[in-house]
This record gives sequence, structure tokens and C-alpha cells, in this order.
Amino acid sequence: MRLTFTIQRFNPETEFHPHEEDYRLEVGRGMTVLDGLIRIKNEQDGALALRYSCRSAICGSCAMQINGAEKLACRTSVRKELERHGRIVVAPLKNLPVIKDLVVDMSSFWDKVREVTPWLSASRKTEPEQPSGQMTLLPGSYQFHNVDACILCGACVAACTSLEVSKGFLGPAALAKAARFVSDPRESAASKRARLVELEKENGIWDCVRCNFCVEVCPKDVKPMEAIIRLRRAALEAGLTSSGGARHVTGFAEIVQREGRLNEAVMPLKIVGFNLTRLLRVLPLGIKMLLKGKVPNPLAPPISGIAQVRSIFSAARRRPTPS
Amino acid sequence: MALKYALYPGCAAKGATPELYQSTMAIIGRLGIQVVELTAASCCGAGVVAEADPDVALALNARTFAQAEQLGLDVMTICGTCQGVMGAANKRLKTEPGLRERINRILEPDGMAYRGTVQVKHLLWIVVREVGLQRLGEQVRVSMEDFQIAPFYGCYILRPSWDLGFDDPENPASLEKVIRAVGGEPVAYAGRTKCCGFPIILEKEAIAVAMAGANMKEAKDGGADFMVTPCPLCHMSLDIYQDRAGKAVNTNLNLPILHLPQLLGLAMGIPPKDLGVSRHLVPVDSIIRVTEKRRAETAKGRGGLG
Repeated sequence: MRLTFTIQRFNPETEFHPHEEDYRLEVGRGMTVLDGLIRIKNEQDGALALRYSCRSAICGSCAMQINGAEKLACRTSVRKELERHGRIVVAPLKNLPVIKDLVVDMSSFWDKVREVTPWLSASRKTEPEQPSGQMTLLPGSYQFHNVDACILCGACVAACTSLEVSKGFLGPAALAKAARFVSDPRESAASKRARLVELEKENGIWDCVRCNFCVEVCPKDVKPMEAIIRLRRAALEAGLTSSGGARHVTGFAEIVQREGRLNEAVMPLKIVGFNLTRLLRVLPLGIKMLLKGKVPNPLAPPISGIAQVRSIFSAARRRPTPS
Repeated sequence: MALKYALYPGCAAKGATPELYQSTMAIIGRLGIQVVELTAASCCGAGVVAEADPDVALALNARTFAQAEQLGLDVMTICGTCQGVMGAANKRLKTEPGLRERINRILEPDGMAYRGTVQVKHLLWIVVREVGLQRLGEQVRVSMEDFQIAPFYGCYILRPSWDLGFDDPENPASLEKVIRAVGGEPVAYAGRTKCCGFPIILEKEAIAVAMAGANMKEAKDGGADFMVTPCPLCHMSLDIYQDRAGKAVNTNLNLPILHLPQLLGLAMGIPPKDLGVSRHLVPVDSIIRVTEKRRAETAKGRGGLG
């Protein structure tokens, strides 16, 4: 079957804007998008720049946008893409600067991974009760939730909607890596806490909007967003409860426990608290909402059966170890 | 045959977006949908309660499912976020070995248990799959022709796709189908599957409104007259914060945002006041002027308000 690959081309050294080029190609059964790109490079246009190595979804080099979604070209079937989208459009990963064509500059990606200190800390000497760095991890003694399966391909970072508008955000890959060390039994409690103190700062765990894009696109089922949620929970459990994000979670849970339902009239006060500047930021919208009949009664009675809701919360509190 | 569901309105429809509840109740009868409202149901947790304690979130939802189970009905949601959270919780409670038993032990003291027999479906899915687009089309009295309508899905009704199983997250089609069924033209733009920023809008407003602003600007640049969303949390971000979102992208957006049932209601010729459109912060006059004119013409043609 003959079909068209539409490829985004861009050489920032000689061009102002990217453009698309079409390549006609004879494709056979079982062909991957990477197979197609290599053939185009070898047979039609040697100047096409792309990055790849293992061709087996192990090295993570060939992540790119295929029909608008972040994928490894080496494990994306041409036939399935065609069935799903009716076309093959290939572009470089988003949220990273293009070096040429499909090759992006991963420097900011690596900088952020380095920023979370992706190795075990050496603080065990000061805490002799901690297991040593050379201990063997026994099955069941740790739970990394598959974050150690990450191949650092950058798909999640390219798909991240928060990072798209806030370039400083650590992003899903680095935070998933951080979660791996916060859950490592060889890491001391003090060092875990120190990690969480860093991670809850600006550009950290509370900047995630939980859009699930990283979970959807990850080729290795790492579920970075869920790792971020585990980090948030760990931060709360470590008593790091004063940030806006932390107050959102604790305030939300308190309102649901008390009333059974979220009350948007009370929620802003839980988060903003008595910070006057921030209160003044929320207030004008509150007044507009009030005039439009969009502010619920802050003193609305709880839902019927509220006793059951409250007993769910207290049962969870009595439970010996949270899962 | 009537389609009957246990209606789970969610907090927003009972709180800051009462027009969603009002418009839902105004349209479902015409689609042959009957509901029993789950008045004793709690918040689904919205993904936030789970951040504090995943078991509490699961137990709250298992309690809601048990209420629907006692009625012998599937759950109908009208909020994209509720759908995502409850759909995922339901899937786990049905498939993870031992989980339902463990969560039921939390509910046991109150004499409740979830047996795992309920399905959770969003109004959008029910309209497309169970009511059917043909039946929806038959109810259209005021065509939305000449309107370019931007679908905005929001996150939770699409991702993770394996927990939802309705639309293709890379290329969703249900909102587009509904828009076409009421005579409108869907706007194609990448932002339709992106995030409205709502989950962090109170504590990280700059990030949230930049996201909302970029998506609305893209829709507007694509020719959108207005936007439609199946999620009231998206609606809050896109409507209530639109001024600030516009500033973030240096654009005067002035883009009306309709809840899904408001779009259906206008197309059915239901008076706008019964759909709560006056509660929006971004005025919807530009739409109503056209639909009211068409509604009057239709009424004249039929010899009375139909």
C-alpha cells in the first residue's frame, strides 16, 4: 500500500518557522512509523533528522508526536495509526526546543531529572537504625509502582499541559523519578523529608493539574501523575500542610467529611485562608458569582445520611496502616 | 422503552453551577430519560479526597454505587470529573481482587455493601449511545445551523482511556456528533482534549488561567462562536475565570460557554430562562438572540409555541 507521511521539518539555523513536507511511501505489513521514517531518510531525503537507536521500545530515543499524540515511533504501527486517524502526521515532541526536524533538545529534561537528586542519599551513617545502602530489596519490602520502568523518553513531558504554560514545572518524568526515591526503603526518613520539602516548593508537586495526559501517553505504564499524587500524600503525611495545594486537599476533605458534599462557598477560604492579598484576588469573582446566583449557601445543611459519610472518614482514621 | 437511571448530580450542579442541574432536568424528559436522584449521595472526591486517602474516596463512591444498586439502576453523571473519578473507582471495585470486600468492611457498620453490579455513565454517552443521535435529532426544534461550536471535553471524561472506554482520547467524537445532530458545526482544534486548569485555579491561578486562555483562544481563532463542555468544573474555569484567562493570552475572548444540556435544550426550543443561561458570567446573548428568533419563527410556522 502506498501512503503519505507528513513530516514537520524545521532547521532553526536557517528557517524562522517549521513547515510540513509530504513523502509518498510503499508500506508493507507490520511496518512501524520508525521503519517508515528510516526508509524516507535512506531512500528519499538524507537530510531528515531523527533520533533512534534500539528500535525495540527500550532506549526511549524515538519519542515523537504521531498524529498529535506522544508515542515511540518504533512501536507505533503504521496500519493502526491509519485506521485510527486516517493519516500519518509526524512532528517533534512538544515542550522542548527543536534542534532539527524531529530531534529535540533534551537539556531541560535532564536538568529537571538531575534536580530531584535521582540517587540514594548517603545520610545513612548518621542514622544507624536505617538499612544500609547495600541491602537487598526483598519482594514486598518496597513499592515503586512501576516508576522504575521509566525509559526517560520524554513523552510525558511533551504531553504535560501544566508544563506547556509553565516552563519551570519539574514535570512528570522528574517527579516520577523523585517518587521512586521517596518510596525507597534504603533512603533515610530525614532525607525523604528533605526531598519532600524541596518537592512541595514552587514548580513542584502542587503544579500538576491531574490532566492524566502523562498517564495516557507513557509507553511503559509508569503513570507519572499517580506518582505525583503519592508524593502529595507523602508530603501531607510528613506534615507539610501549609502550601496552597496541601490546603486544597485537607480543606476539601474536611468539607466533604462535615457536609458530605463540596461547598464552593467555603472552599476558597480553606485555601486562601487569612492571606489578605490572596483573599482580595478571590473576592471580586465571588461577588460576581453571588450576583449571578452561583454561590451556594455556605450554611447549607449536610446531605442526608451524613453520619455514614463521617463514619467512612473515621473508619479510615482508625485503620492501622494506610494503603 | 424509557431509559431510567439513578441521577448523580455531583457537587457543582448542586452548588456553583446550578444551571447545569436545571438544564439537565429540563431536557431529559424529551430524550425519554427518567431519573431517580441520589439525594443522599456524597461528593465523589473529585480526585482530591484520594490524595488525602484513597480508601476514603473508594468508600464514598462504593456507598453511592450501593444506593443505585438498591434502586436497581445504573448511575447517570452530568459532570466529566465525577464520571472519570467514579468510573475509575467502579472499575477498581469490580476487578481488583479483594478490594470490594475490603472497602465494604468500611461500609459494613452502616449496613451497606456494594455488590459490583452498577455501571456509571455520563449524560453525553447516554445521549450518543442509548438515546441515539436520531432520537436527539427528532427533538430539535431550533437548529444550531451557522453556529461554529467548539467542543471542550476536559480531562476526566477522556483519560485514562482504559478506565473510561468510550471516546478515543486522541480523536474523540461524541461531542462532535452531538453538535452535528443539533445542526451546528464543530470546530476542530487541539485544545479540545486539553485541561481547563480548574484543579489548581484557587492556589495556582496564573498557570490555570494560562491553560484555559490558550485553549479558548485556539477555539476562537478556529472560528468558534461558543464552546460546549460536559464538565461543570471546566465550565467554572472557562466562564468564571474567562476575563483573567483572556488577559493571560492578551485577547478579549468573549466566548460564551454552554453546558452540554444547555446546548441540547436551546436546540429543543426550551426557553432559555429554563436552562439557567442568565447565571453565566460571560453573557450568552449572542446565541440566544439567534435561537429565540428561530424559535419564534418555528412557533409561527406551527401556530403556537412548540
